[in-house]
Amino acid sequence: MAKITMREAISQALMEEMDRDPAVFIIGEEVGVWGGTYAVTKGFYDKYGPDRIKDTPIAENAIIGAAIGAAMVGQRPIAELMTINFAFSAMDYIVNQAPKLHYMFGGQFKVPMVIRAVGGGGRQLGATHSQTPDAIFAHFPGLKVVSPGTPEDAKGLLKSAIRSNDPILFIEHATMYQVRGEVPDGEFLIPIGQSKVQREGKDLTIVTYCKGLELSMKAAEELSKEGIEAEIVDLRTLRPLDMGPVLESFQKTNRAIVVEEGWKSYGVGSEIASRIYEEAFDYIDAPILRVAQKEVPLPYNRTLEQAALPQVPDIIAAAKEVLK
Amino acid sequence: MKKEQLLDLYHQMVLIRRVEERGAELYQAGKIGGFMHLYIGQEAVSTGLIAAREPRDRVITAYRDHGVAINCGISADQVMAELLGKSTGMSKGKGGSMHMASVEKNFWGGHAIVGGHLPIAAGLALGDQYSKNDNITICMFGDGATNIGYFHEALNLAKTWGLRVLWVCENNVYGMGTSVERASAVKEIRQKAEGYSMKNGKVNGMDVIQVNEAAQAAMDYVRKESQPYFLEVDTYRFRGHSMGDPERYRKAEEVKQWQENDPIGIFNKYLLEKKVATRKALDEIEARVEEEVNKAVEFAETSPEPAAEELFTDVYTE
Repeated sequence: MAKITMREAISQALMEEMDRDPAVFIIGEEVGVWGGTYAVTKGFYDKYGPDRIKDTPIAENAIIGAAIGAAMVGQRPIAELMTINFAFSAMDYIVNQAPKLHYMFGGQFKVPMVIRAVGGGGRQLGATHSQTPDAIFAHFPGLKVVSPGTPEDAKGLLKSAIRSNDPILFIEHATMYQVRGEVPDGEFLIPIGQSKVQREGKDLTIVTYCKGLELSMKAAEELSKEGIEAEIVDLRTLRPLDMGPVLESFQKTNRAIVVEEGWKSYGVGSEIASRIYEEAFDYIDAPILRVAQKEVPLPYNRTLEQAALPQVPDIIAAAKEVLK
Repeated sequence: MKKEQLLDLYHQMVLIRRVEERGAELYQAGKIGGFMHLYIGQEAVSTGLIAAREPRDRVITAYRDHGVAINCGISADQVMAELLGKSTGMSKGKGGSMHMASVEKNFWGGHAIVGGHLPIAAGLALGDQYSKNDNITICMFGDGATNIGYFHEALNLAKTWGLRVLWVCENNVYGMGTSVERASAVKEIRQKAEGYSMKNGKVNGMDVIQVNEAAQAAMDYVRKESQPYFLEVDTYRFRGHSMGDPERYRKAEEVKQWQENDPIGIFNKYLLEKKVATRKALDEIEARVEEEVNKAVEFAETSPEPAAEELFTDVYTE
């Protein structure tokens, strides 16, 4: 086991899969000569050359559309969106083309494509560059949505995503590239569509993913000092959603909060809470609470931005509320 | 072109016409649902175009796709079955009129978002470029698609990266009910290709021979030069945009005038004048088509509905 950063984990996954399979190539804005806007593909251009590391015009429809086409004829493109906020420019491809092509043509087409997208707030980029719109994408059957919270999961899930024959949106968080974690040495894969207990506890269940995992782990440490042991279930994949570990944990704790960075309304928390109400109603001892972003476009000012984003104290407060 | 080939093209054109005429009847009878866009009047375009391809060349088009499907070698049976939403259709009844395709025939679909398939076409060509083969992607679309952003992103990418795409704009004068002159900044659509330094040309789409020759020359260029080419084809749809179009945007005289240039009539006359075929031989082709279409309707009507479990199959591959 080596302790590496999220950036290194993602970079390793990409490089290992490119070395393994010549059909894998990277396409996106500034992925090559620049080295990736978040430096994830630094050095790739020199190693693999322009055929496999494709710098594109700033044209999201062309990027994702062309990746879909290349995937349909047997290549395995990894399309990079500089930020997930630019996904809206290519929305038709991400939600209305890629997820439909296999089903709509009776199983004839396959779209083995990964879209890597960087999301999340906290870097004072203003309202149009800071969103966490994951729930929107998870709404569409046919698309798989993966969003890891640890370097190990990032590496193992990304490698599985690249090998998958389905279109996958792989969402990374802009403030997490320096997060360090233990990653197994050598080859390993983590299956898509499996939630995981990241911390064991008996008093309440915190359901979360991606940035929410980092915050929830900190909150759990604080709670532990007060004798409250939170169990943290990391969704890791938003679609297909694996409720197994969530329900198992909830049946033990009977209390849950859901932590996400996106807006509360119509969000991941709404979905998880509904599913618990539908599938584990008899086990509920307290209302399920959601910790999420305030319902405003994210402001530039640092204090205001931090006030809008979910924070560790919000999680602690919600945890104590469900334990009342 | 050899005699057999010419007669085969005639057969394809008549087959498209009759399949769609019967399709329209079945639509009126409530046996076909959703949107249905007829290709009647434009048969010479895809027939001439696709006859110029090698089997390894890919075809992708918009939602007016029944004719293209037939030209790609898909049987009238399968087209009719897909129209009726049956399990024996090429998309197993899940795609319908606008979503026909056959990987086996290198036909990459019928796509229903205007302009949406153009970047995908660039991607098919990108996949081939990545494989270092010299396949061409033939991408067909209407005049309406040239005003949307996808078009410009796709053309720019194709030219910048030297993708082997033959872009074919079927200018049938109207994008739904809005004429080219009311929707496009330039009247001659191929001018848009000039903006991307893309070689381009224009051809009369009512004459299958002219279309075929233009397509052949364009494809030779695309293959040899590893560059895209833009071909504008002047054509006209004799029917409405889709079934149930009130056609308030054009005059009956205009339609009538174009119908005098019926592509099947023009080709019929050509075959007779050039003594490629006798009147009797052409009548025989038409009679054969009639049988084929009767059989296709029977096949479609007697084919099973998709099984209930089909609802959940093919959402994902794994």
